[in-house]
Amino acid sequence: MNHNYEFGLYVFMLAAFLGWELVKRVSPLLHTPLMSLSNAISAIAVVGAIALTGDKTATTLIRTLAFIALITATINVVAGYLITDRMLKMFRKREPAAPSEGERK
Amino acid sequence: MDSILPLIYLFAALGFILAIKWMNHPSTARRGVIIGEIGMLLAVIGTLLRADVHLDWILAGLAIGSAIGAPLAYLMPMTAVPQLTALSHAFGALASALIGTAEYYKETPHGLTMGALAAETLLGYLTTTASILAFGKLQEILPTRPLTYKGQNVVSFIVLGGAVVLGVMLTAGWSDPWMFPAFIGFALMFGIMLVTPIGGADMPTVIALLNSSAGVAAAAMGFVLDNRLLIIAGALNGTAGLLLSIIMCKAMNRSFANVLFGAFGQVTAGAAAGSAVARPVRSATPEEAAAILDASSSVIIIPGYGMAVAQAQHKIREMYDLLTRRGVNVRFAIHPVAGRMPGHMNVLLAEADIPYDKLLEMDEINGDFPMTDVALVVGANDVVNPLARSDQDSPISGMPILDADKARTVMIIKRGMSPGFAGIDNELYYMDKTLMLFGDAKGFVGNIVKELGSNHH
Repeated sequence: MNHNYEFGLYVFMLAAFLGWELVKRVSPLLHTPLMSLSNAISAIAVVGAIALTGDKTATTLIRTLAFIALITATINVVAGYLITDRMLKMFRKREPAAPSEGERK
Repeated sequence: MDSILPLIYLFAALGFILAIKWMNHPSTARRGVIIGEIGMLLAVIGTLLRADVHLDWILAGLAIGSAIGAPLAYLMPMTAVPQLTALSHAFGALASALIGTAEYYKETPHGLTMGALAAETLLGYLTTTASILAFGKLQEILPTRPLTYKGQNVVSFIVLGGAVVLGVMLTAGWSDPWMFPAFIGFALMFGIMLVTPIGGADMPTVIALLNSSAGVAAAAMGFVLDNRLLIIAGALNGTAGLLLSIIMCKAMNRSFANVLFGAFGQVTAGAAAGSAVARPVRSATPEEAAAILDASSSVIIIPGYGMAVAQAQHKIREMYDLLTRRGVNVRFAIHPVAGRMPGHMNVLLAEADIPYDKLLEMDEINGDFPMTDVALVVGANDVVNPLARSDQDSPISGMPILDADKARTVMIIKRGMSPGFAGIDNELYYMDKTLMLFGDAKGFVGNIVKELGSNHH
């Protein structure tokens, strides 16, 4: 348990400021995809779930919890990225030549 | 392998930062998603290579999660995006909470690690139940009106306080076996209490806040696991959600406290109902509306949640096409809080194939209303209510609105004369230049389309 909290706090602070500056520049057009994308990114918690599920010292209780977390985090990653991409595909600047995907219900 | 993993995580973090950066414009946004996916894939593979045992369990978990996540993303209709987002928040937050719980039983930590773990599990569990409840309200499984009772805020604060006190005790090193489960119980309960008094129109702020808290939970997990990638990803998500919720609050001229604890739209509904009777309005038929639109040279359409409910966006696209082909300048004015989540209207209109350069935000388009022939309001109400400017006592006083009342003619598609979410009457309906188009948005626009189509040549 030799954690470097001070370093972690510096990382957190800088990432938070960077996030603020980047998100401020995101067009309001894309606020919905932004939210699903940033949510998918924070589902990087999946790496914690992988490490804990594959930890040989883990008891059955811990492995079960980690396994459930692995499933829910993966759902978050997969659904988050796919829905973001699905939304962004719809944003077009000009009229499409022929009605394509947008017409599909 | 151990020496490469930190490097892989570094590249993953770079991918996430670029992903958010490239979201700034629709032309680069898809590239952003791809770089974000690559970052995620790198991190997952790198972590997989380091797992000691149970690779079968891990792969099974990844497979099950993908098998649930992919259909969720592809089968949900676009109108259900707010619900799906709420559900995603719940899944992500639950993962953080469960990992925190597992870490607690593995290490029984104290001190700083326990502090971070307490923050992770508290935020994780409360975001989980709050998001599930938000999902229920958005899916209309649960009533969308705020549910309130006397002393609600006091009870909520006691529950939150209980969780915080237990969290501090655990951090200080007390660890009776009952304490951690009780802590979890309080966190779960507070999540429910947080969203119970929230009504439909306040959902954009609340969803953004839950987005933020899910991110902060992941960042806290980064402190517990001493993993900088988690800290960075969580911090990015945390600030994105926070900034969006601040934008939503500003767009309603309200504070966080007022959104979370004010139970907006509850009290005023009864009082205003009486005054709404028997004031004369002018109404028009689809034929008359089509004739006016046809004769105009500029039209601004103002969509609201009612458009989403009526699924009118595709009919609106047809109307947009017909009018544009006749040389009418048709644009859309999007209020920041229109709909049930930030940016909701843009997604629906983009789905209906409206070019995104015709979707304008409030500040860009408000100056153009005085030069506009027709402002057509579809399923929006409070965001065009001039009382927000004039009436100091109104619940929406000071809320920035779209200046629909400054257009030469105002047309409002609406089912009936019921007041909007804020429960107040809308002065716009009674103006001399206003025409009320009574009916279902999809049906009414469909009739306008038919009329415009038959007039052609």
